[in-house]
Amino acid sequence: MDSSKAVYQGLKNAGIDFVVSMPCVNLGKLLEMVDCDPDIIHVPVTREEEGFGIAAGAYMGSKKPAMLMQNSGLGNSVNVLASLYSLYKLPILMIMSHRGTEGEPICAQVPMGEATPRLLDALEIAYIHPKTPEEALKLIPESWLLSELGGAPLGILLDISFW
Amino acid sequence: MEKIKALEQIANQLEDELVICNIGFPSRELYHVKDSPTHFYMLGSMGMASSIGLGLAMAQEKKVVVFDGDGSVLMNLGSLVTIANQQPKNLILVVLDNECYGSTGSQCTYASTTDLKKVAESVGFQNTFLFTESEDKIDFTQVLKTEGPVFVHVKVKPGNANVPVIPLEPEEIKERFMGEVQRV
Repeated sequence: MDSSKAVYQGLKNAGIDFVVSMPCVNLGKLLEMVDCDPDIIHVPVTREEEGFGIAAGAYMGSKKPAMLMQNSGLGNSVNVLASLYSLYKLPILMIMSHRGTEGEPICAQVPMGEATPRLLDALEIAYIHPKTPEEALKLIPESWLLSELGGAPLGILLDISFW
Repeated sequence: MEKIKALEQIANQLEDELVICNIGFPSRELYHVKDSPTHFYMLGSMGMASSIGLGLAMAQEKKVVVFDGDGSVLMNLGSLVTIANQQPKNLILVVLDNECYGSTGSQCTYASTTDLKKVAESVGFQNTFLFTESEDKIDFTQVLKTEGPVFVHVKVKPGNANVPVIPLEPEEIKERFMGEVQRV
């Protein structure tokens, strides 16, 4: 199964209908699929933090939001995750291309790649690590349910080897 | 005009519009002059008011009014670009500009030299309004009639009213607001 298709189908099965995004080379195909879907409102943003703000507003407007992002954007979003999402108990699926993992060709990606799980832990954001497209397809809808029920963001970390 | 007076005058001209209000004294002052379940009071996440407003406006059809500040707009300037590109017809962004970080001791912002209305116009806002500091009455009728996205630049005096913190829990603010969003 194609990895991008699996994530897209997982989002569809979860009922996600509002997506904010910052690109990563590994998210290219997925972004195209989301952008072409007439049932998903897609808002490309200028910075991940902004995207989390937009998604929070969309959730309060009865949408089911997800963010497509590179893990580097987690660093741009720490305050909004703590003082908006955690404070008001808001859900969102964070689909993160996890750079700096095994096979990373760009050394600059490594420090943030290593910090990413620790940052999520510090923010008390639960995350999963699907290793195959089949796992992603199955776990993404379940993750949304958990996020919505728990009123908390949930991270989906997709390593370089996933793609 | 004082910021609290601007908030009061505008809020009193709103009916079922949904309001996103910026962190700090703007929320405290709005709560003090007029509370409503249509108000979402931010208690954190400085800079995010216009973004929350954009997402809300795109997600549903009711009109959304955002009360933002100059320091907060400067912290998230990219948001103006995103709003101008998404063109939400039901979004009004009000920037209460006192040229300072009013909730942290009135340190100056760059808004005293950089004209935020011109910034908004240059990134693509076609409908903008200006209310100057010397005006003592804000007539919001025309703003409410104008198709969004609308940028409303309200110059206000620095300083805050002596009002207490909002006695609502964050989840309480969210839940009553979401109830109002869904109300037909």
